[in-house]
Amino acid sequence: MADQNTLSPLDLETHDKTFLDANELVINMGPQHPATHGVLRVILRLDGEKVLGLECVIGYLHRGVEKIGEHRTYTMFNPYVDRMDYVAAVSNGLGYCEAVEKLLNVEAPPRAQHVRVILTELNRIASHQLWLGTHALDIGAITPLFYTFRDREEILKIYEKYCGARLTTHAFRIGGLQYETYAGFEKEVKNFLNFLKPKIDEYEELLTTNRIWVERTKGIGKISAEDCIALGVTGPVLRASGVKWDLRKAQPYANYKNFDFEIPTGQHGDTYDRYLVRMVEMRQSVRIIEQAVDALPEGPIMAKVPKVMKPPVGEVYHSIEAPKGELGYFIVSDGSTQPYRMRVRPPSFVNLQALDLMCRGQLVADVIAVIGTLDIVLGEVDR
Amino acid sequence: MPEETKPPLPPSPEGEAKPTAEKPAVPGGVKSTTSGSVQTDPNASTTKAEPAQPAAAKPAAPAAAAPPKPAAAGATPPAAPGAPAKPAAPPKAPVPTPVPWDSPMIAKLRGAYGSGIEPLSYLGQNYMIVDQSLIPEILQVLRNEERFDYCVDITAVHYPQREKQFEVVWVLYSFPRNERIRVKTLIKDGEAVPSSVPIWAGADWLEREVFDMFGIRFGGHPDLKRILLPEGWKGHPLRKDYGILQQDNEWVQINLGIESGQ
Repeated sequence: MADQNTLSPLDLETHDKTFLDANELVINMGPQHPATHGVLRVILRLDGEKVLGLECVIGYLHRGVEKIGEHRTYTMFNPYVDRMDYVAAVSNGLGYCEAVEKLLNVEAPPRAQHVRVILTELNRIASHQLWLGTHALDIGAITPLFYTFRDREEILKIYEKYCGARLTTHAFRIGGLQYETYAGFEKEVKNFLNFLKPKIDEYEELLTTNRIWVERTKGIGKISAEDCIALGVTGPVLRASGVKWDLRKAQPYANYKNFDFEIPTGQHGDTYDRYLVRMVEMRQSVRIIEQAVDALPEGPIMAKVPKVMKPPVGEVYHSIEAPKGELGYFIVSDGSTQPYRMRVRPPSFVNLQALDLMCRGQLVADVIAVIGTLDIVLGEVDR
Repeated sequence: MPEETKPPLPPSPEGEAKPTAEKPAVPGGVKSTTSGSVQTDPNASTTKAEPAQPAAAKPAAPAAAAPPKPAAAGATPPAAPGAPAKPAAPPKAPVPTPVPWDSPMIAKLRGAYGSGIEPLSYLGQNYMIVDQSLIPEILQVLRNEERFDYCVDITAVHYPQREKQFEVVWVLYSFPRNERIRVKTLIKDGEAVPSSVPIWAGADWLEREVFDMFGIRFGGHPDLKRILLPEGWKGHPLRKDYGILQQDNEWVQINLGIESGQ
């Protein structure tokens, strides 16, 4: 079977010279390469060690999430969204629940909104911790992995205590929350934040001025703000290129407008700046959670939603700032219990498109660094 | 006899557009009537359309359907459980409908393109339905003059019963204006849409995905081929006529060496 995924093979008649000079080499990386963070296949076109261009081959993890969504009721589809970006399951759930709430024209009560913000921001920290550990591991620093996984464990423990699950939490329901917070939730979250703050300093001590780290990341995988916007790249990658844009501020959802926080930006759009941006984001998340816990209101946690949801005929696009960028849901309702169309706009999928541009002219080893810095999750790329 | 009660019930959800949606509701509906099934049976078999309606109304008002259960055991007429459920459905909030969307930008576009665009707003979200022939031009104008510099998403919706089966949707965002809009166009099966890769480089993979999932071709796309499914896959899964259990058995047989993936 003709595999059109490969680059066109060298034609010996016309490319004889190239072949003899052997200055162009096509190699295949993945799909089962530990540094591709999942099943990503990259076809690299090399000149010696220099990357001339590359092509991503994706779809190995395609499960047809959108098709599944059209064959489940709104409530039944809720746990499926956790399985897209499985390291930030709570964010996926927030985006989905809010999109359906918009379609139903209901709003979650204030207490539910606060708890949602707390859990989502904890998830952002967990996602960034996992990114940092694996990214540093790819580049050759093994210690941060142990540090970040040790601390991420505490977040997962909070999730486990709250809803029984650690990764695919299914924490939110359409209209609010299923569970009231457990006794001592606020105190535990605050203890965790106090525990985490010095730990973030610790990560930075390990890396920020580490000469090997700086040399492997500074000036690597540069992308300009214009290119980011043209390619639709969002999230920390866009911010590291100097665009001060975060959906939590630009088009506030949930109740983010009640909280005080900064949007970090970089200047150079390189791997090092993206690292710095994510480190600041973790600290800003800590800030948001502190405010949310302090101001946690009393009250109901579930809005009045019908048991069988039949949103009126219409369509809605709702997006949130997931740890990786803009996560959008485009839902079309035909008035029945199931969505007529369930489109997910995944940040990883769109961001991965920039890999080719970011790697051109870099060395093979830098491809690994750039894949790491894009922070992709193949479960979300392929859906 | 209990077997007799079942056949009249499944047809009811079918009238509701989607059979699988009502599936979880149906067992509940059956249970609440089985206690009184001996009495209800004759009625159910004579008027097939009638019992279908209460069964469909029940899931909408489960609280109303539950109380009649003990009463049904006491040989109440079968119409009783259906009757209270029916009036429970009508009192509903007014259904929101799309309203015309008006803005300086729309006035300008209207002046240039007239009836070729239909601007609407639903739930505070603005979108415009654009005539197919205007598509590359309007997108270019939105990008260059109205500064919608970020193409968030490109997707499609399939309506097999319509003459123009596909709705292609562009979700656009403008960084300078902090505004999000959608542009839609309707096309027939087999028709191509001009590619917007020259306008937004990021449209590349998004268009490939639409092609992969719906089979819509984008004219002028630099490398239009499948992206998530393997090359050589037959069919386009997100079309409505592609069943959820259907798959390309031939591909599975050749590539995986198994009879069927099911």
